[in-house]
Amino acid sequence: MLDQTRAYQGEYILEVDSITKEFPGVKALDGVQLKIRPGTVHALMGENGAGKSTLMKIIAGVYTPDGGEVRFAGVPLNIKTPLDALNSGIAMIHQELNLMNWMTVAENIWIRREPLNRLGFVDHARMRQMTADLLGRLNIKLNPGQQVSELTVAQKQMVEIAKAVSYNSDVLIMDEPTSAITESEVEHLFAIIRDLKARGIGIVYITHKMNELFEIADEFTVFRDGKYVGTHPSSSVTRDDIIRMMVGREITNMFPKVDCPIGDTVLEVRNLTLPGVFEDISFNVRAGEILGIAGLVGSKRSNVAEAIFGVHPAPIGDILIDNRNVNITCPSDAMAHGMAFLTEDRKETGCFLILNCLENIQSALITRGHVKNGFIEQKALVAKAEEMAQMLRVKTPSLYETVENLSGGNQQKLLIARWLLTQPRILILDEPTRGIDVGAKSEIHRLITNLAAQGVAVIMISSEMPEVLGMSDRIMVMHEGHVSGFLDRAEADQVKIMSLAAK
Amino acid sequence: MSETSMAAPVRRHRPMMAELNILLVLFGICAVFEILGWIVQGQSFLGNTQRLSIMILQVSVIGIIAIGVTQVIISGGIDLSSGSIVGATAMISMSLAQAAGYERAVYPDLTGLPFIIPVAVGLIFGLLCGVVNGALIAYTKIPPFIATLGMMVTARGFAKWYTKGQPISFPSDGFAAIGKGMMPVFIFLVVALIFHVALRYTRYGKFTYAIGANPQAARVSGINVERQLVRIYAIAGLLSALAGIVVAARGLTAQAGMGTMYELDAIAMAVIGGVSLTGGRGSIFGTMIGMVIFGVIISGFTFLRLDAYYQEMIKGVIIVAAVVADVYRQKKRKKA
Repeated sequence: MLDQTRAYQGEYILEVDSITKEFPGVKALDGVQLKIRPGTVHALMGENGAGKSTLMKIIAGVYTPDGGEVRFAGVPLNIKTPLDALNSGIAMIHQELNLMNWMTVAENIWIRREPLNRLGFVDHARMRQMTADLLGRLNIKLNPGQQVSELTVAQKQMVEIAKAVSYNSDVLIMDEPTSAITESEVEHLFAIIRDLKARGIGIVYITHKMNELFEIADEFTVFRDGKYVGTHPSSSVTRDDIIRMMVGREITNMFPKVDCPIGDTVLEVRNLTLPGVFEDISFNVRAGEILGIAGLVGSKRSNVAEAIFGVHPAPIGDILIDNRNVNITCPSDAMAHGMAFLTEDRKETGCFLILNCLENIQSALITRGHVKNGFIEQKALVAKAEEMAQMLRVKTPSLYETVENLSGGNQQKLLIARWLLTQPRILILDEPTRGIDVGAKSEIHRLITNLAAQGVAVIMISSEMPEVLGMSDRIMVMHEGHVSGFLDRAEADQVKIMSLAAK
Repeated sequence: MSETSMAAPVRRHRPMMAELNILLVLFGICAVFEILGWIVQGQSFLGNTQRLSIMILQVSVIGIIAIGVTQVIISGGIDLSSGSIVGATAMISMSLAQAAGYERAVYPDLTGLPFIIPVAVGLIFGLLCGVVNGALIAYTKIPPFIATLGMMVTARGFAKWYTKGQPISFPSDGFAAIGKGMMPVFIFLVVALIFHVALRYTRYGKFTYAIGANPQAARVSGINVERQLVRIYAIAGLLSALAGIVVAARGLTAQAGMGTMYELDAIAMAVIGGVSLTGGRGSIFGTMIGMVIFGVIISGFTFLRLDAYYQEMIKGVIIVAAVVADVYRQKKRKKA
């Protein structure tokens, strides 16, 4: 903690200078900068994957940068853990809140710093008083003795803010603080932010939302694909300027999408609603068509896919296959109707990491057949799995290799193999090329195109703008659980998608 | 693996079985007892076939339970109720298996029944206990530890209530034959063979491993995870009941306390045999080796005239050591 920082005379309280961070195969940050003046709100903007979170993790000490430095009040920082960051005056409020649900507001705020009485026991009365004082100063109306589990998301955020202030932090970093709170709560949050600003605290405000930028931020910085694009005062630009800064990249021609005849509607979704998550989703996909679904984090695209496939069914709305209403309550229902679903998170919901390639490839197919007299027809399955692995060029020493030893791209190919073996008519792909290298990526793109050419109806959720634009016949854009528009291949471009995605 | 290498050379071979390592441990332990035997007792440990057959007989009953527990652990769960189901089943079966004309029978009108009746009733009882375990775990999502702990206490209570604590004796000859001679070993081998085949070559087995490896991915693959869990726990309950019948038949009597702590021995056999407590890994063959290791250690200590109290303490140490070895193995795999 720098007590003299309130009087810090330099121009910037926090300076990020040419930070570079590389992960295997990806340059997540490439010499980015970010300069925060004391007593201002500075918005950090960018698409998914622009490198915002990576930078925040570097400032918080989760990652070590490969190059560059972070200066605090003009002094280079050496942060190894989130606690170091707090102690040096930088507090961070993560998107996923880090409070202990079964403890009180006061206990959460003063954890590790509880006031003690003479006997060495926690002085609860004093702790409550300290909390009440703190909350009073911030104009937050909460009972210090209340259990955090009983609070709303917005109230929890207030507790996090109070905690950050209690450390006398000079910089407060907020990662999409409004992603889960209501309109009126946003107003209260902004009032608190303005108050903090008036106290001379520098605030980094990460957001996707354009209107918030204009309402609360004094300045903003845009990142794109791990690179620094620019910093401007928010009063000097328009919405379109910012969108252009966020998306203005060149599209390389790496997508082998070929036009193919598009047939009848295979899948239609009408007014699908999962209360509190997404609402009134309607769209259709035809045989041979690739429908891209674009949207920012929090647009609930994956939830819609999970609902259609029966992983978390939606109670309201209709799903029609071949113009007939179907009832899908679990994944095997969806599979019985010819659907396949490549999930977003390979490790969490896709692979059986500790099992071998064969077991991973055959897991879906054996639920639908290939059993004779109670025994699995292993020979036939091995032959099919081998054929599929060869077609997809899976690189593995053998089909009996444990999947955790394979690269991400090969794991993804195995999962695709799993679904192709079920010979789907409707293929839902959620981020089919996330986290895999360029070579495997274009192989997967070619494969998707071929499948469409064979008459499979493809739904492809993707956060990579070039992928969506390059692969899709039609693009559905989602924003916070709603469909915000459709774009045809001919008319779609990055600016149009972005303005639909970031209302 | 190099990313630049071209398409897959998909070879047909299975990697070395993890069970081989455990087999080596078994040989090592046997060698140690053999050497100590000559030094301390002046005789061979392995050379005594009578000792070996008693040893196998001792572990076979718990081995039957361990076969069921192996499946539960592979699916990522645990079953603490086995020992109590043994006790409860022993009581129920024995009460229906009493010899004809025995005056102080539990059900004086139901003596001299063909042995198949007490066996069937006992098995159905165990199966139902297992179904309750499985349904609680699958549909209420309470942790397996808690669900089966509840069954452990409840089934034991039932066993005591059944005759208000009185032992039940005098089974018919037909029932007693189930426990005679090497019959328990034979039953164990048949059960082990059935589930070895089931785990390796049937959907039941593949689903069990898949759920243990990643329940969410199993669900997305179209596997009915809930139904499969009910089946797995039902089979574990069934096999505990079978063990209970064998114990009662062998002892010619049933007592409410029968099978106490068997669940822990069965879990220990599986874990020593390489079944991973985090789920998804293990085999019946491994558990069989674990069972023999368990038996050799107990029998070896008796052979060396080690105090029974020491035996129990050392057993505890071995169980913890086996789990530590499992954690260590997994760490090593991750680094590899």
